[in-house]
Amino acid sequence: MKLDSKIPEGPLKDKWTYHKNNVNLVSPANKRQIDVIVVGTGLAGASAAASLAEMGYNVSAFCFQDSPRRAHSIAAQGGINAAKNYQNDGDSTYRLFYDTIKGGDYRAREANVYRLAEVSANIIDQCVAQGVPFAREYGGLLDNRSFGGVQVSRTFYAKGQTGQQLLLGAYSALSRQIAKGKVKMYNRHEMMDVVIVDGKARGIIARNLVTGEVERHSAHAVVLASGGYGNVFFLSTNAMGSNVSAAWKAHKRGALMANPCFTQIHPTCIPVSGDYQSKLTLMSESLRNDGRIWVPKKKEDAEAIRAGKLKPTQLAEEERDYYLERRYPAFGNLVPRDVASRAAKERCDAGFGVNKTGQAVYLDFASAIERYGKEQAHMKGLNENDKELVIKLGKEVVASKYGNLFQMYEKITDDNPYETPMMIYPAVHYTMGGLWVDYNLMTNVPGLYAAGEANFSDHGANRLGASALMQGLADGYFVLPYTIGDYLSGDIRTGKIPTDSKEFDQAEKEVQDRIKKLVGNKGTKSVDHFHKQLGLIMWNKCGMARNEKGLKEAISEIAALREEFWKEVKVPGSANEMNPELEKACRVADFFELGELMCKDALERKESCGGHFREESKTEEGEAMRDDENFTFVSAWAYNEKPSESELVKEELKFENVELKTRSYK
Amino acid sequence: MSQVAGLFNSSLARKYWMALTGLFLCLFLVGHLAGNLQLLLPLEDGAKDQFNLYAKFMTTNPVVKILSYLTYISILLHVVDGIVLTIRNRKARPQKYAYNKPGANSAWNSRFMGFLGTVILVFIVLHLNAFWAKMHWGPIDTYMIDGEEVKDLYTLTIASFQDASAGLGMTIVYVISMIVLGFHLVHGFQSAFRSMGWNHPKYMPIVMTVGKLFGIIIPALFALIPIYIHFIL
Amino acid sequence: MKLNLKIWRQKGPNASGKMVDYQIDEVSPDMSFLEMLDVLNEQLISKGDEPVVFDHDCREGICGACSLHINGEPHGPGRGITTCQLHMRSFKDGDTIYIEPFRAKAFPVVKDLMVDRSAFDRIIQSGGYVSVNTSGNTIDANATPVRKENADAAFDAATCIGCGACVASCKNASAMLFVSAKVSQFSLLPQGQPEAKERVMNMVSQMDEEGFGNCTNTGACEVECPKGISLENIARMNREYLKASLTSK
Repeated sequence: MKLDSKIPEGPLKDKWTYHKNNVNLVSPANKRQIDVIVVGTGLAGASAAASLAEMGYNVSAFCFQDSPRRAHSIAAQGGINAAKNYQNDGDSTYRLFYDTIKGGDYRAREANVYRLAEVSANIIDQCVAQGVPFAREYGGLLDNRSFGGVQVSRTFYAKGQTGQQLLLGAYSALSRQIAKGKVKMYNRHEMMDVVIVDGKARGIIARNLVTGEVERHSAHAVVLASGGYGNVFFLSTNAMGSNVSAAWKAHKRGALMANPCFTQIHPTCIPVSGDYQSKLTLMSESLRNDGRIWVPKKKEDAEAIRAGKLKPTQLAEEERDYYLERRYPAFGNLVPRDVASRAAKERCDAGFGVNKTGQAVYLDFASAIERYGKEQAHMKGLNENDKELVIKLGKEVVASKYGNLFQMYEKITDDNPYETPMMIYPAVHYTMGGLWVDYNLMTNVPGLYAAGEANFSDHGANRLGASALMQGLADGYFVLPYTIGDYLSGDIRTGKIPTDSKEFDQAEKEVQDRIKKLVGNKGTKSVDHFHKQLGLIMWNKCGMARNEKGLKEAISEIAALREEFWKEVKVPGSANEMNPELEKACRVADFFELGELMCKDALERKESCGGHFREESKTEEGEAMRDDENFTFVSAWAYNEKPSESELVKEELKFENVELKTRSYK
Repeated sequence: MSQVAGLFNSSLARKYWMALTGLFLCLFLVGHLAGNLQLLLPLEDGAKDQFNLYAKFMTTNPVVKILSYLTYISILLHVVDGIVLTIRNRKARPQKYAYNKPGANSAWNSRFMGFLGTVILVFIVLHLNAFWAKMHWGPIDTYMIDGEEVKDLYTLTIASFQDASAGLGMTIVYVISMIVLGFHLVHGFQSAFRSMGWNHPKYMPIVMTVGKLFGIIIPALFALIPIYIHFIL
Repeated sequence: MKLNLKIWRQKGPNASGKMVDYQIDEVSPDMSFLEMLDVLNEQLISKGDEPVVFDHDCREGICGACSLHINGEPHGPGRGITTCQLHMRSFKDGDTIYIEPFRAKAFPVVKDLMVDRSAFDRIIQSGGYVSVNTSGNTIDANATPVRKENADAAFDAATCIGCGACVASCKNASAMLFVSAKVSQFSLLPQGQPEAKERVMNMVSQMDEEGFGNCTNTGACEVECPKGISLENIARMNREYLKASLTSK
């Protein structure tokens, strides 16, 4: 198989304009004859559904939640990047493009990333016009903040709820089209399969989660905006319902899965507290601006802390190991996410972890409190040597900056982070990999599109903070509406796609059989029982650090566990009712296949890049080492029933506008 | 929905009428109290004649007449609207909670406005029957002041509360009713402002305080009258 | 900890339901409330019973999916949190906990503790948006300055997660806090002005149609709202509606 990424001709900065001017259009009268299905209503899905409906297509949108407003984009905290240069700090489209390519460790496609940077400014205009209440300055103009690893202030935000505000903006645009009858919204519906007719995506099979009914929906094109697959690890910062099933079904029907092993692990999450844990909570990256990360220098101290015999505050400065500051003096606590996560793992694996499970490090604000307190005392002309006063003043400053995060931490852990250091540990957060798409966001299956986190396109091997929201909205508002018309222009005479064809029959039957198999299974173990085990294998062997031996083990362990799952899983209740256990079972079954493919992908990529760290490929100092000569490509995988035997299709990446460099934070 | 329906039948509009009639009745209470406080004047200073003349003025003056009709209409609207809203509100939750702890999030009187209002309505009926009906249709004694015939509402009032058999009961009923009115007003006064949308972070605390004082002082003064007549006069 | 649970079980929308008693041991104080229910469900599945159905998704207090009326209060005894952020350390060993679905005519039960809140979606569809196409060809984001005070107040109103705790806590099952939060967000921003009158009229009309009750300003919604949406928004909507009713043609 050969992949055509369909990158338009011309210089980088003109590609998108040139492309937009040359794609085929569909006339308004013909758009009324064309149906489009959008699966998922997060930033990418809601914005795509709204935009396509506005243009005149008949859109059917599907989400498994009870309302499109609950998609997991809502949980994004920090902000959204846009090259507006409102702060006059020299930002530009090129700089945003460059930062994103470099942040992705040179494993993303130049043309896609440049387009993303180009439309970023429109996103802000659009959202403001929709009434999204971004943070403003006293002059009434928009405020910006800086974000990890870049040298400009280009992040627009709405306190710690930027994702929520943007999603509600897209949801309101979607609601407007639902009211107009241009979007038919299917809440509590899960996509069970894609239907391919004559080689083209022509519809989906969906299950009504309330009644259990399996339904057929046809369309001229299908857009998958179904999010990421971090939940393959069981524990992640994803929502409980986030899943890979829609994308995986597409993969099974022929769409290639690209770079599945590129997973972002976020360094500042609240550690696991017990076996019952169902999910992990992220603490904003901004905490690393003032918090210092450390573990005890001596193993005995770490052991004493774990046993509850010693408190962190009892350890003197010289008994602490500020390992990020030690290893990366230039960037210190502000190294990128992947680096910080790996360093924490390294310390904990070496036996220096600090909570009961030994899987946590300290994030300490004591010195920030003292520093700010002294500053305040000085400014107010008070006694800088009065320790109590200084600490009181310092706490006030820290509270004004991070108050809500500290409160959230205390609610979950019952520890007061003003008094004792926070405990944090890395957790799975985002998946850069996803369905392979060309420049038009179309997968290799004609008429099947993938947008947002569900595709692989823009973040390479590591995503920068505040870029996920940008990509989701860019895909939905500004890219798909142009590119999908080019494809649909060929369908103006097709007429409505019938749902009684043999392809629909076949797809529905397969879905029904699978459901029957799961519900009728005579097993004894719950779905979560298997999901937790899968998660553990993935975390231990395909997590922050990977090696050949572990990955090979993981592949066989997953295959064995998958077999056991199908034999031993128990799904209570029936198929004809609201049955969350059945929903979970269907999703976990797909995670089993995906997990194996992720390990295979990680095994084949014998270099370290971004979020993918192969222990065999590191420098003498233990830092990640990319292998540009052999791995400057996208790994796209074709489905195989045994995922570890999938066929690899390479899309070579060409860098004509940036020079490949090694990232260094020393 | 047409704009006319919007001003009469929508849930919000019904609240406007509730608020407007309620606030008007608050004004009425002030006027009524000012008149009734004359009952507290010492008898030797001519309290009887002053009160009876005032009573005559209140039942005959055309402007007062208009105001009194407005008051009747307000009471009627307030009651009818209250009933309609209560019925709608009950329908909004057909299945009740097996275990509910409303005290955790709201004051009891704010939740029992309908009940408090019903008690007040019963009181109004009793009160009208005891004085207003007699004033209008008798039986009531009359006498002459400066060649003008007046009805002796003063003596009737004093006698009612001092009556050996029913006076104490009546006093107690009046005092309890005024306590009920107080709770109704403490919530109703500020609630009316909110319902009308007259809300501003700067002024709302003032409204809240005034509402509380209003709900305490006005009923307390009203209650003072029967207590004074029964126990002191 | 050991706990006694009294949970509402209802097979489906048209079935009748009842409170059922369960016992659960080995509850850790560090569990979230939903994790406690996960453990209960594991227990039920292993015994061959049907697990308890409840809505939940993000489990970090932002998606608004989780609901539950716990010991007489929506989202349980805590303040400023959703059920998924409620932790078991709020309870004591041996406690009895009542768990019921949010109750309102407009929120019919789907199954057990899961209710249908699509009435909220329909209210938003009736006007909870600015009618601007998503072409990206609008004016520059900084072309219209917005007073910071108003932008902040609009944001505070916009933080509503649509969970329905306001309805659940209100003795009248009124949706005024939810509707007014959306009306307020747009009425405070210049972008919302052109359609302000139609928006408030249509949204209130839809709200009434859905069968929600009226606001009697008890303030319960404000107390129980996990995002602390202020009662002030209701007054603002009353004002907007009055203005619109009096001045629309």
